[in-house]
This record gives sequence, structure tokens and C-alpha cells, in this order.
Amino acid sequence: MERRQPATLALAARYRSGNLWLEALRNLRRSPSALLGMGIIGALVLIALFAPLVATHDPIKTMIGVPGETGRLPSKPPCIPLLGCEEPLHILGLDLNARDLYSRVIFGARTSLSVGVITISLSIVVGTALGVCAGYAGGRVDNLIMRLMDVVLAFPALLLAISIVTILGPGLTNALLGITITFIPQYARLSRASVLSLKEQEFVLAERALGASPQRIVLAHILPNAITPIIVQGTLGIGTAILDAAALSFLGLGAQPPTPEWGQILSESRNYLFTSPHLVFFPGIAIMITVLGFNLLGDGMRDALDPRLNRS
Amino acid sequence: MLTFVLKRLAYSIPVLLGILVVTFTLARAIPGDPCLAVLGERATEDICEAFFRRNGLNEPLPAQLLIYIRNFLGGDLGDSLRFHRPVMELLVDRLPTTVELGFFALLFAISVGVPLGVLSAYRHKSALDVGTMIGANIGVSMPVFWLGLMLAYLFAVLLKDTPLALPPSGRLTPGANPTPFYIAAGWLAEGDEPLGVLRFLSRINTLNALLTLNGELMIDALRHLILPAVAVGTIPLAIIARMSRSSVLESLSQDYVRTARAKGLRERAVVGKHALKNAMLPVITVIGLNFGLVISGAVLTETIFSLTGVGRTLVDSITSRDYTLVQGFTVVIAAGFVLINMVVDMMYGFLDPRIRFN
Repeated sequence: MERRQPATLALAARYRSGNLWLEALRNLRRSPSALLGMGIIGALVLIALFAPLVATHDPIKTMIGVPGETGRLPSKPPCIPLLGCEEPLHILGLDLNARDLYSRVIFGARTSLSVGVITISLSIVVGTALGVCAGYAGGRVDNLIMRLMDVVLAFPALLLAISIVTILGPGLTNALLGITITFIPQYARLSRASVLSLKEQEFVLAERALGASPQRIVLAHILPNAITPIIVQGTLGIGTAILDAAALSFLGLGAQPPTPEWGQILSESRNYLFTSPHLVFFPGIAIMITVLGFNLLGDGMRDALDPRLNRS
Repeated sequence: MLTFVLKRLAYSIPVLLGILVVTFTLARAIPGDPCLAVLGERATEDICEAFFRRNGLNEPLPAQLLIYIRNFLGGDLGDSLRFHRPVMELLVDRLPTTVELGFFALLFAISVGVPLGVLSAYRHKSALDVGTMIGANIGVSMPVFWLGLMLAYLFAVLLKDTPLALPPSGRLTPGANPTPFYIAAGWLAEGDEPLGVLRFLSRINTLNALLTLNGELMIDALRHLILPAVAVGTIPLAIIARMSRSSVLESLSQDYVRTARAKGLRERAVVGKHALKNAMLPVITVIGLNFGLVISGAVLTETIFSLTGVGRTLVDSITSRDYTLVQGFTVVIAAGFVLINMVVDMMYGFLDPRIRFN
């Protein structure tokens, strides 16, 4: 008993507390960056859910000829109350089609958050399935799957997404699909590595000796133990996916007008940078804050959930 | 070392083949008749038949794939549908812009990122450290194209008429027409058709300025490069700074550093010789991984700064449905990416003997 290392004691205490997840949550609460990240994401989710209440106008409605509006032409530089403008109707001014920019940015949160979450969930599901198959089956199946993943990784991610969308045709769904494909190899590699190390552990060997089916071993024993790094990577991935989706929309390959999407708003207004820079400024800030939220949370989770990956 | 290099080379070949198969499949997956796309809607069946035969399009798919691979190895990427010129020629024209942009972006990222990361680690938890980490977090969260637009606005509009003003578009001041170095050196006369390699090199403005000792051209080219290079380099900079910091932090806590300190080495020798040297390995890997980011960044920023590089050409070709160009550029960029990764791996093996023997 005296020879027990402190680390082992700590581990034992963890198991006594019953739940590694609770422990992780406790760790997460101590990390200021994770808390900030959670705060940002929480606020954004609320904004996205209650967008119609937060926004002041219809995001795709043109304000020309609407009663009570000044009838300001879109070609005139828009007016921002925050910068001392007299017309208090539009918080961030109007865009070039005389739509309320503030409402468009608010509704943009819906698009960007759902794109981020959907692409990453899809690529986690597909990538993990492929990785687990490769790792558990080994041999030729493993070789085939992983070489395929190598080829996908050989393309710079955005370039591959662009090529895929070129063929499928521009649009948010196709952009989503293109980005998903570029993310799959990450999760395949991660889950394969976990499976390979777990496969030979005693509790798995014991289960196999008891005659459990491969499905049961994978689903009940390997996956729950392999999921942590995937979740961490996924949180960090959501930020990147949002950036990629915005980039595709910026190039005209993603969300199509009049959908309020941040990259798309930037793409519409970038030729007017020198006359009305705020049209470019605010959607970019929105993207940055969102991605920052996911990055901070992801970093915090990595530190809390996986001490081995701790990069201080 | 040689076995390691050969092994790594052998490993790249299936990946390169895979890239060719993927681009081939992507091109064949494009809906629509290639004959009508190339020759126009009014091409008759006879003309199409001849076109198919000439391009080997009536062969079975595996044979077509072989033709495609053979052409690629021979440097033939087909003709662009939009420009009616060989894709290879367009590549020689436009790749130099991107290579130059990427080089300076990476130079910026490394020369600022590494020292910043090392200093933050050395002064762990100081104001500099905290500031760098906050900056790095913001840096990786910014969309490249947005940063480019903001820089253009800041330096071309807000700082207009100050010494800090920088041009927001183009590679050189309009009207500038630099003499290629091969003509300045008298190797070729004006109007001669130079080798592709020479043309390629002469189109890298800064290199051309260096070879012709043209200071004015150099300054002009650099002034135009600063904004796009900073925009493309910021995300890699943030990543490199973070990696250098954590890597140096880790190596500073190692036993050999304590030993170096204990035997009374000066602090500079401890950090420079012992900690830094060992900490640079992961940093080199990260720099290698950033080539992809630089390429993606170039694709997005070239459009903003009106640079006619591969990125902008690629994006324009997508909207005009110039599939051969998209396919050709994609395959060349991906192949270049694989080769760069291979070189980085080899460097890694060269610097860390443990890699070679495992």
C-alpha cells in the first residue's frame, strides 16, 4: 500500500467518485477559457433559437417603400445609430439591398451554428464507423480504408470541398456535404487509433473470452472508451467547419442569396468595402466570435478530459 | 537515412495515384456531355465521335484512367475550356503569384510566430505570454478573407496619405513591366519563347528583382505583397506560436535542461542549445501541416487583392464551369501538397534519428 504512486491514488479516487464525466465537468468549470467558450456558445444558441425575438426586422425584407422608413436608397452609405446617426430604426444600418443588417447577422447565427454542428456530427458518425471497422477488422479492410483516408487528407481541405461543390453544384447542402467529406479522415484516424489500443486491453479480451459478439464488444466496450478524444476534436472541428462554410459561401458556392449567412453577407458586400466598411465588419466579427467560442471550449475540454493531451 | 528517404518516397506513390484516381473520378462524375461542353451545343454526332476518339473517351474507363495518368506524367493537363490554352501553360503563368504569396505568408508566420512562442514559454504566465495566447486564439478564429478585407480597408483607406499606406490590389504598380532576368542577362532576346521553367521563375517578381538587382522593382513587389501575405499568414502564425510555446514549455521542464542549468551553463546556452533545439521538431511538423492552410488562404485572398494566381483562376473557373482547369489545378496543387509533406517528413527524420529507425 505504501508503494502506491500519487497518480494511482488520484485515479482510484476518480473511480470512487463514480463518474469520469462528472470529474471532467468539474475540471471544465475550473478552466476560464472553457467557461468563456461555453458562455459564448450558450449565448449564440439562445440567439439562434430566439432569432425572431432578438432581431428587429425580417432578415430578407427590403425596406424600400415600407411605411415609416426613410426610403433611403441602397446605394447611399447606410446609417448606423451606434456611430451617431439620427435614424434609430436600424441598429447596424441597412445593407445594399436595403435590408436590416442587424437582423441578417442575428439570423445568420442559425445557419452557421447548424452548418457547424451538422457537418461535424455527420463526419464523426461516418469517420468513427470507418475507423472502428478498420481498427477492429485489421488486415486488408484496414489497409483499404486508411489508404482512402490518406488520399482525402492529401488534398488541402478547402480545395477538396471546392472541387466537390463544383461537381455537385453550388448550394448550402452541397457545401455541407463537401466539408463533411474533408473532415471524415480525422475521426477515422482517431477512432482507429483508440480501437487498436483498446482491442488488446484485458477487459476487452475478457469480454471476448466470454463469447461476446463483435458488435457488443465494439458498442458496449470500445466506443464508450474511445469517444473522449473524438468529442474534443469535434468541438474544435465545429469552429473550422463554420470557417470553411463561410469561405465557400464567400466564394458563392455555399448559401445562396437571400439566405442570411455570414460568409454570404460578406460576399455580397465586399465590393462596397471602401464606401460602407461596416457591412463587411459586422458579419466577420460574428464569425470570429462564434469560432472563438468553439475553439476555447475545445481547448478547455482537451485539458479537462484528456490529461495526456494537455498542452498547458 | 537513404532507406528512410526511399521508404518515404515509396509511401507517397500510392497517395499520388490515389489523387489521380480521385480527380479522374470527380471529372467523370460531372453531369453533362463533355463533347458538348468543349465544342459547344451545336456539335454534330460525327464531330463528337471524332472528338471522343481523339481524346480516348470511347475507351473503357480503366483505359481512360491510364491515358489520364500517362498524360499527367507527361505534363499534359488538357486544354482549358475557357481560355482555349493548355492548362499547363496557364499554370506556369499563374502559379508564381501563388508561390510568392505563400512563401512570404509562411515567412511572416514563422519569423513572428516562432520567436513569439519561444518568448511566451520562457516568460510563462507573463503579460507577454497571456497576450500572445489571447492573440493566437483570436488569430485562429478569424476568416482569412475577412482579415484580408479589413487590412485592405485599414491600410488603403484609413491610412491613406500616411507613410504606412499600402496598395490593396495587384502585384505591381499598374504600368510596371519588369524585364525578365533571362533577357536582362542576355540569355535570350526579346520575343524569344523561353523555357517554361525560366518563364515561371521570372514571374516571381521578388526573385526576378533579386536576379536583375532591381531595387525599385523589389520594393514595389514587396509593398504589394505585405497585405495579402499578412492575411494568409495570420492563422499559421497563431498555430505556430501556440505550438512553439507548448513545445518549449515541455522541453524546459526536461531533465537535460535542469542538468544544463546545474552544470552552470549560461541561460542563453541552456535555452538556445538544449531547450530550443529539441523543441523545434514538433514546430517543423506544424509548419509542414500549415502548407494546406496557406494554399486555402491563397485561394481566398487572391480574389480580394486582385492577384491572378492559381486561387483566383480556380475560383473564376468554377463559376464559368471550366472543368479541365479546375481538375488540372486541383491535381497539381494536391500533388505539390503531398511532395511538400514528404519533404517535411524527411526533414523530421533527418533532425530526429529516432524517427528514422522506427
